[in-house]
Amino acid sequence: MARTREQLAERAAKELQDGFYVNLGIGIPTLVANYIPDGMTVTLQSENGMLGMGPFPYDDEVDPDLINAGKQTITEIPESAYFSSADSFAMIRGGHINLSILGAMEVAQNGDIANWMIPGKLVKGMGGAMDLVAGVKRVVVVMEHANKHGQSKVLKACTLPLTGTGVVSRIITDLAVFDVKPDGSGLVLIELADGVTLDEVARKTEAAYEVAEAFV
Amino acid sequence: MQKVYPDAKSALEGLTFDGMTVMSGGFGLCGIPEFLIAALRDSGAKNLTVISNNAGVDGFGLGQLLETRQIKKMISSYVGENKEFERQYLAGELQLEFNPQGTLAERIRAGGAGIPAFFTATGVGTLVAEGKEVRSFDGRDYVMETGLVADLSIVKAWKADERGNLVFRKTARNFNPMMATAGKACVVEVEEIVPTGSLDPDHIHTPGIYVDRIIRSTPEKRIEQRTVRQREGA
Repeated sequence: MARTREQLAERAAKELQDGFYVNLGIGIPTLVANYIPDGMTVTLQSENGMLGMGPFPYDDEVDPDLINAGKQTITEIPESAYFSSADSFAMIRGGHINLSILGAMEVAQNGDIANWMIPGKLVKGMGGAMDLVAGVKRVVVVMEHANKHGQSKVLKACTLPLTGTGVVSRIITDLAVFDVKPDGSGLVLIELADGVTLDEVARKTEAAYEVAEAFV
Repeated sequence: MQKVYPDAKSALEGLTFDGMTVMSGGFGLCGIPEFLIAALRDSGAKNLTVISNNAGVDGFGLGQLLETRQIKKMISSYVGENKEFERQYLAGELQLEFNPQGTLAERIRAGGAGIPAFFTATGVGTLVAEGKEVRSFDGRDYVMETGLVADLSIVKAWKADERGNLVFRKTARNFNPMMATAGKACVVEVEEIVPTGSLDPDHIHTPGIYVDRIIRSTPEKRIEQRTVRQREGA
């Protein structure tokens, strides 16, 4: 059984560690905030200028001056801090954020990622994605294994314009989890989703990968 | 030297002209200078190059300047929420330069700080780096990006004193502080103008040296994605 969006978020939450400062992308990565383990201190950064993002507001708490990078209304918490966009990307570019969890259109076996434009379609812009993948210490991609045409999004080489080169450390899909070798020399399959077989992953993956010893 | 002006129209007088470059603060519709954008539209200045993280929405924010065809070129990081933008861009009527958001913020910061260029790892090996100098430092490649300045920056803050010391509020700060430093002229709209001396000098976000003119406004503060949770048991 392939993982659902909620299960993908739950699996991605296992990447969190106590004390981490984390930036979550839009979509499934945003849901990871719902699975932060009790007792673990994780501070969420929003690249429009906030550390310590709180939950969505109650109806009577909505403040137009307080939004996240997806432009959704949010709230502050006791440790919250606000800062400018320049300060925000200084902490991103400067390697001060421990972990970025984000979605992708394609990831390649060398850690390249493409998630901002499709040639021939209207381009909305890269926003902060290029800065995040270049600057954050560890980049984890959470995405569906295949696109809506059923084609593998885990590839030998990206076909779409890149967001960053050799920047992804781990890929979590609805079928499996792969690590990108630190030297970028390839992928290692380290987990299967419940009920998913090695054979199914092999059929649905374009990239070359090794299989971790636990499965051999 | 009086920095406080009675309204947005008078505050832009003598500062606008055809072909000028304008920086406009805000992230989405959060922290945008609503009254000054409207006054810039009413000034009739055209062929504008506008530097702003986003392009507003249809009919609101910078969307108003798109409707009147006053913008020739946008320098932005993300423009996803604007149909008129899309139409003009696809028709070839509007030029667009995408910058990664952090690179855009740093280009403005650098411009205001007198730094003509800097190197960043952001965008190396992507379309963003094409045609730009790439240099290696300590074994990693970085691309050269240039500082940005403008003829005019229009900025939204929460409070100002009469000398232009500014305080921003929550995530409405975003690009506003850097833009205040990078315009040849800087006009700010605020929700409250307080007597000089009533702000704690330790709590000022942008010192008044960067601010030329100030108006008080009563912004609508439209929300793009009103997202709420339900009270338990409600």
